[in-house]
Amino acid sequence: MTSYDIVIVGGGPAGLAAAVSARKAGIDKILILERDKELGGILNQCIHNGFGLHTFKEELTGPEYASRYIDQVLEEKIEYRLNTMVMDISNDRVVTAMSKEEGMYQIKAGAVILAMGCRERPRGALNIPGYRPAGIFSAGTAQRLVNMEGYMPGREVVILGSGDIGLIMARRMTLEGAKVKVVAELLPYSGGLKRNIVQCLDDYGIPLKLSHTVVDIEGKEHITAVTIAQVDSNNLPIPGTEERYTCDTLLLSCGLIPENELSNKAGVEMNPITSGPRVDDSLETNIPGVFACGNVLHVHDLVDYVSEEAALAGANAAKYVKNGGKEEKGSHIVEVKATDGARYTVPSTIDVDNMEDLLTVRFRVGYVFKDAFVSVYFDDERVQHLKKRILAPGEMEQVILQKAKLLEAKDLKTITIKIEAE
Amino acid sequence: MERKDLTCIGCPMGCTVTVEFEGEEVLEVSGNTCAIGDQYARNEVFHPERTITSTVTVDGGDKPRCSVKTAGNIPKDKIYECMKLIDATRVKAPVKIGDVVIKNVLGTGVDVVATKNVS
Repeated sequence: MTSYDIVIVGGGPAGLAAAVSARKAGIDKILILERDKELGGILNQCIHNGFGLHTFKEELTGPEYASRYIDQVLEEKIEYRLNTMVMDISNDRVVTAMSKEEGMYQIKAGAVILAMGCRERPRGALNIPGYRPAGIFSAGTAQRLVNMEGYMPGREVVILGSGDIGLIMARRMTLEGAKVKVVAELLPYSGGLKRNIVQCLDDYGIPLKLSHTVVDIEGKEHITAVTIAQVDSNNLPIPGTEERYTCDTLLLSCGLIPENELSNKAGVEMNPITSGPRVDDSLETNIPGVFACGNVLHVHDLVDYVSEEAALAGANAAKYVKNGGKEEKGSHIVEVKATDGARYTVPSTIDVDNMEDLLTVRFRVGYVFKDAFVSVYFDDERVQHLKKRILAPGEMEQVILQKAKLLEAKDLKTITIKIEAE
Repeated sequence: MERKDLTCIGCPMGCTVTVEFEGEEVLEVSGNTCAIGDQYARNEVFHPERTITSTVTVDGGDKPRCSVKTAGNIPKDKIYECMKLIDATRVKAPVKIGDVVIKNVLGTGVDVVATKNVS
């Protein structure tokens, strides 16, 4: 069995940034395993601009952002294998992979970084009534078809769900000559970024119907029409509000789910809210030497934060390897919790003695809040209180914790993040 | 005096920016949290502009399409004309990020450039 210091599962934005960071931390034998035929992951199909404002202080398209990291991987001569599917990760970090050329083989890893990303919630998970004809795509599938393969899925489009990919595809299909008739969103607010509502829907006069869902799909071979209806506060369709749209395409943009089949099989403990691993402040899972970052850990809306998080995972995996695979956990472990409108935090625990001087805790809220406060409590004492004009489930939030402050609070057991009205 | 509320598209924060103007003159911009918002609002009321991204066909490359963008903003009312030109464009591999695909598109002074390497 060949062995590597660090094996990274996934060559998208998280895997690339983790690899570069681990190399800069002095790790020699790094291997990236990627199932697609090129590095870059989802960025390759995200040809729109808006990436990299934080990282590079300029607006890049997805492929350009990816190339900045791919170039570094090439310069650093980091090994990668394409068209390679990871089949299994054991809890002692033996990675089983498969490719057409090499068949099935195993690699012993000093540390593993999980960077598999996420995938879209499919129709089967949405309980939409009606026929099951051709012409129904997840928004991301349509994005790949249009932007990478050069095929148009259809000409008359209805979109269910207002996640960012759905909004971006509404504009993209319009620019390529399709008529996007309506975007229906089950929730009373959009899950996408505000800028995308403006520049993808408003710019092109595409209506966004909040609190609406698809109640019927017509067409036996190929989709011919959908019916949408308004929903009440229990998300049940209101009779009499139905509207029928003829169409040849229905795109679904109804949420992303971290892709954790491998993590589950390996015995990684999961957070039921994020559907991603539970990690400590070093982004290490409950399995020693197995780290997670990017959308497999929790779904991000900005790739810049994925890169930042992945760089941290890479550096910590490097530390673990250089330490000879021995855990160096301190005795003061603090639990991090989200309550009162905050849904989850990453990380879930902090090892105070070994934490970074400044630690970013990322979280999401459960509903839309206006003029509310993000509060941080050390046990019962409120230590941070930040006013926010708007907090929305579609936009990830963060607070920064200072190690010095945590060291001062000697008996600190739990840090809680809450959303408060005042 | 007229007022217009806009959502800034300069970054993911999406600030609500209010512009007060008289005729063609902007009197005040408020609600923005940075200089990008101020600039966006001043442009947006009278001369809205956008960056356009799309793809062009590649001949002889390892990929069928190459993604492209306008290297800067172009007037919003030229978007569809610009798309027509982009759709009619074919390039030959190899293509490098930054290669000019259409020079000075529609006389805007802005080039359409490749955003992907195709070998």
